[in-house]
Amino acid sequence: MIPRLIRRDRASLRMAVLAPLLALAAAILVNLVLFLAMGKDPAAVFYALLLEPFLGWSSFSEVLLKTGPLLLIAQGLAIGFRAKVFNIGAEGQFILGAIFASAIPVYFPQATGGWIWPAMLVMGALGGALWAVVPAFWRVRLNANEILVTLMMSLIAAQVLNYLLLGPWKDPQGFNFPQSVMFQYDAMIPILLPGTRVNLSLLLALLSAVLAWAYMQRSFGGYQFLVGGLAPKAAAYAGFSESRAIWLSLLIGGFAAGLAGAAEVAGPIGQLQRGISTGYGYAAIIVAYLGGLHPIGIVASSLLMAALYIGGDNAMVSADLPVAAVRVFQGSLLVFYLAAITFVRFRLVWPIRKGGAA
Amino acid sequence: MSGLSFILAGMLAAATPFLLAALGELVVERAGVLNLGLEGIMALGAVVAFIVVYHGGGHVAAFGVAAVAGILLSLVFGWLALGLRANQVAVGLAVGILGQGLSSLIGNSYESLTITGLPKLAVPVLSDLPVVGGLFAQDAVVWLSLLGTAALWAMFRYSRLGLILRAVGENPQAARAIGYRVVALRLGAVVFGGAMAGLAGAYAATVYTPLWADGMIAGRGWIALALVVFGTWMTGRIFFGALLFGAVSLASLVAQTENWAVPSQLLSALPYIVTIVVLGIITSNKRLLKINGVASLGEPFGP
Repeated sequence: MIPRLIRRDRASLRMAVLAPLLALAAAILVNLVLFLAMGKDPAAVFYALLLEPFLGWSSFSEVLLKTGPLLLIAQGLAIGFRAKVFNIGAEGQFILGAIFASAIPVYFPQATGGWIWPAMLVMGALGGALWAVVPAFWRVRLNANEILVTLMMSLIAAQVLNYLLLGPWKDPQGFNFPQSVMFQYDAMIPILLPGTRVNLSLLLALLSAVLAWAYMQRSFGGYQFLVGGLAPKAAAYAGFSESRAIWLSLLIGGFAAGLAGAAEVAGPIGQLQRGISTGYGYAAIIVAYLGGLHPIGIVASSLLMAALYIGGDNAMVSADLPVAAVRVFQGSLLVFYLAAITFVRFRLVWPIRKGGAA
Repeated sequence: MSGLSFILAGMLAAATPFLLAALGELVVERAGVLNLGLEGIMALGAVVAFIVVYHGGGHVAAFGVAAVAGILLSLVFGWLALGLRANQVAVGLAVGILGQGLSSLIGNSYESLTITGLPKLAVPVLSDLPVVGGLFAQDAVVWLSLLGTAALWAMFRYSRLGLILRAVGENPQAARAIGYRVVALRLGAVVFGGAMAGLAGAYAATVYTPLWADGMIAGRGWIALALVVFGTWMTGRIFFGALLFGAVSLASLVAQTENWAVPSQLLSALPYIVTIVVLGIITSNKRLLKINGVASLGEPFGP
């Protein structure tokens, strides 16, 4: 007997809150079986991956450090996703943000002053937004799908980064490693929590959540976005401009991702190098969905995803788990979440007897 | 060998991963479904095929295992997108991320290993021609892909199945009203697309460049998705689009060997830049898209 999906009269708020938790439980279960099959001790992996990041201040501060970029990028992406503008190229916008921000310390390595790191953040945000101009123009003027164009722009960004690091921006005293010079002290964002690597950019990320909440839930502009995503024809009839929504979605997404990229090079990394992003741009897509595309939900989901990054590093050391296992975990988490949110709008009805499926 | 004859000789092989994946996606999209997970499915197919060949299983078994892996992953897509009517864009991304994660997990201990590809089968006389001769010496998979392209073209042009698939994609409500099982047909299309993407990955990792490196699919799944749009959902045009991309990726190799004064990174980015430019040119012609496009593409369907 195959159960049928019946549309609910109204969306279930209870399911909307439960869905990420159910997805997490399912992902944990399936992945523990996978780890067992790989010959790893599931209990040790579970402890290292999901508990250890929250035990102890030093590892939790590392979680907060990773939360910043994920939170920033995901808030930017979620605004677009709600308007059905699918920017999946945050990875490239993040890289461009890092490059633009690095231009200041690379070209002015001797410069001093408190203006440097704020200027780098501004440059980074502009760089990210600039990288999003191409997909926005292509979509609005040339009718081209932004999914493909943003992704291609990411692949191009990776090559731009390679070019700079192997060529003009390579540190002459860097033993030929593909990396820039180490940035000067004034190019670093001040530390927020003493004794950790967490810097002021975490506050920026939290501020982005507040701004996104105010914009999406409380302003007319955010309302236009929502209607555009849910009912494009109604939005057009009401005179809400689709082009404006596309431009804004992509520029905000690029701006936030670029800011995150700048905060990485001006923060924990302190130079431009190949490993500036460990897939933040793609992980943020999962973060945005897992948070229900809601500014507050995303704060929670970015913490979870950051913990998975830190836990993955722990599990690699203590339980000999390959880093790729974390990517599998992330992917399966999104799969289960998308399955679970079906039941926000639908309910299952088992065909037990005639007339039972009412 | 001159640059031109090098490109002519190699472009069919370079085009094959694009071609196989794009033809599979063509069938999926014709049935009204958008599967954005191609990149991940190709990566999974690539790694399992590589492992089979590496352990001496041979290419036939490798392609078979890759197709099965592609089908299994595409069933995850089908379960969510067709069974649960979830957002196809999100599901495609999820399956893509899962596939790429699985491929790098499975291939973890095979990184940078190499194997032997397949021998070239030459057409007598034609393959001895100057300049264009190389075009007629290709491996078995390329020859089979050409046959498959022709078969798919004929399927859409002449067969009842082709007509039914198109009906399901154009107007699923009407197709259902006259008695076709829309969800089952769409699932069939998704499974076919998954198998083809698996084969495309297998070709990339066991024949075209017989080695495994994490991330080796390098956007080819995404370019295949773009190719379906370039080809405006027509088999023949997709074939020529794939050839164009085969030639573009080889042109960058030629440029490197002939020491053109161009940064190698620009050449590596060339296929992506060409994709963006061509996509803009094709899609700006809205009339063309309206005539050839698939009306219900990406929309969930439930009775």
